[in-house]
Amino acid sequence: MSQPVSPTMTKAAPSAAPRRQVRTLPLLLPAVVLLLLWSILPLLQTILYSFQHYNLMEPPAAYNGGLNYTYLFTDSSTWTAIWNSVVLVAGVLAASIVFGTIIALLLNNDFPGRNIARLMAIAPFFVMSPVAALIWKNLLLDPVSGLAGWLMTLAGLKPIAWFSVYPMLSIVVIYSWRWIPFATLILLTALQSLDTDQLEAARMDGAKGFARLRYIVLPHLGRPISIVVMLESIFMLSAFAVIYTTTNGGPGDATTTLTYMIFIRALNDFSIGSASAAGVFAIVLANILAFFLIRAVSRTLQA
Amino acid sequence: MAKLLLEKVEKRYEGFHAIKGVDLSIDDREFVVFVGPSGCGKTTLLRMIAGLEEISGGDFSIDGVRANDIPPDKRGLAMVFQTYALYPHMTVAENMGFALKMAKVPKAEIERKVAHAAEMLQLDKVLARRPKALSGGQRQRVAIGRAIVRNPKGFLFDEPLSNLDAALRVQMRTELVKLNKQLETTMIYVTHDQVEAMTMADRIVVLNGGIVEQVGSPLELYHNPANLFVAGFIGSPKMNLLQGVVSARDDAGADVKLDDGGSIRVAAANIAAAPGLRVTLGIRPEHTALAADGEIGGTADFVEHLGNETLVYVRRPGEAQMIVKADDLAGVRMGDPVRMKPQPARAVLFGPDGKALLRREFHLR
Repeated sequence: MSQPVSPTMTKAAPSAAPRRQVRTLPLLLPAVVLLLLWSILPLLQTILYSFQHYNLMEPPAAYNGGLNYTYLFTDSSTWTAIWNSVVLVAGVLAASIVFGTIIALLLNNDFPGRNIARLMAIAPFFVMSPVAALIWKNLLLDPVSGLAGWLMTLAGLKPIAWFSVYPMLSIVVIYSWRWIPFATLILLTALQSLDTDQLEAARMDGAKGFARLRYIVLPHLGRPISIVVMLESIFMLSAFAVIYTTTNGGPGDATTTLTYMIFIRALNDFSIGSASAAGVFAIVLANILAFFLIRAVSRTLQA
Repeated sequence: MAKLLLEKVEKRYEGFHAIKGVDLSIDDREFVVFVGPSGCGKTTLLRMIAGLEEISGGDFSIDGVRANDIPPDKRGLAMVFQTYALYPHMTVAENMGFALKMAKVPKAEIERKVAHAAEMLQLDKVLARRPKALSGGQRQRVAIGRAIVRNPKGFLFDEPLSNLDAALRVQMRTELVKLNKQLETTMIYVTHDQVEAMTMADRIVVLNGGIVEQVGSPLELYHNPANLFVAGFIGSPKMNLLQGVVSARDDAGADVKLDDGGSIRVAAANIAAAPGLRVTLGIRPEHTALAADGEIGGTADFVEHLGNETLVYVRRPGEAQMIVKADDLAGVRMGDPVRMKPQPARAVLFGPDGKALLRREFHLR
């Protein structure tokens, strides 16, 4: 690369030079620069803030060593928040895989009105999170005017104030309601790509009902399930809207996830410094998770 | 051990009559090939025998036992699919042993049977691999191995060689025939390729539009096609079909006056035709010679030198094109006028209803 090579020269060059020597870096540069500005700059800024005493109510910001981190790791509410995040993600994942598979298997059968049933099953996914939360909060789970309360009264039971008694369960239910359709959609398309010859071969081999499900259908769903796990984990780690709309992280810190805790620190306590420290910690956690997830997914993709 | 009997077997789909009453008896250890154009119902018939499609009418029995309502895995028949239908997440050994596992056969016995079949098919070195890591020919063998392991009464093949390359196909063809002799089981084989049918079958069943056009040995079908469809379907290039009228009749044969002038002798003992009957005369390209004193004239439209032989496509004004199989060094060029001479002892006649008017005894020398 001692002398610049123009594209026209490369074209005219004899076939002795098999590789096209075009400088691609200048062409990539605008995209790369934009990407760096977009992702790395905020990250660096967050890291910077996380080492500062930076409260919007008490300007100016000043370096305070690792005090934000010391506070973060000694505060018991951090661990509660992490635990809450784990419960939320795991709960929604379990629900969407189990129910998503069941619903997909049902919808894969031929029955009159199948297309409408499929549409209805997918529909919740298109409802915005805050709207979904409000529907559940006011129409379904409200102990006085909600459907659940009415049904319980009919059954002779005492209505429950779901968001006070089982706050995390309520949040998991609402998010599952939104994300089960997503899993259903992906698993249903996967089921439709299952080779019918394989099912017939299994029939000839004497695999009936459950055996066919276990040895043929479920292994076929392994790959799409791992994709559902990865995508839903990513989205659920940053889940916010439903918590904000229904419980505000409460009662106490019963539904305060890591994401919601960062929100409280930054926009309730105006403590940008400690919120940034928690944010950096969340980034590290998410990357550890992503590492394992991507490894697991790529393994199933290779298999 | 399997003698299969089909009596007036029918398949009706909503608005479509796929199989219109098939009577067929398949003997033990026989290699039977179902052949026909796409959509003729050959695969449907095979799937009905397998139990994958319900039989809408008629009776199907295996070794004298009515099998219409026996589920596929209990019929004792194994099927090899066109796409092989191997289970992608199982190893070769697991694929082959799956049926036995479903039948709750002890593990040691499964392993023994799989090993035995693998040895027979030269798969012993790939038993631990997944289907994805196999070549097309190996996958084909696994599919056959999966069938063998079950020790079935009969094998059903649904166009199993169509995904292989030409050389491998020829090799697998002979191996399947060998397998049939070695395992001493009944085999039914579906194909649209008449070369496969001719080379492998003990008996060929020619299907068309859901009915059986003819059943017989490959040579019987070749020499004595029962009707125009079989005449056109068996043999490549196709049999030439010429229109004409029977002009004279005697004990040794008949004379046919063709519409475009020539008169052709058909030599056969019992021809069911009287003078004056409109007939279709069939003569295969390989039984027609180029000769200066030939009865049929035309122009060489196209000449193909295949090396071992030469195909001459002859245009005749106002009539169907004819094909002549000439010898390898035939010096005909495109545009040359040619005269053709059919062998009287090989020509066949079909009546106005398309059915054959004669049947010859033939003996291999």
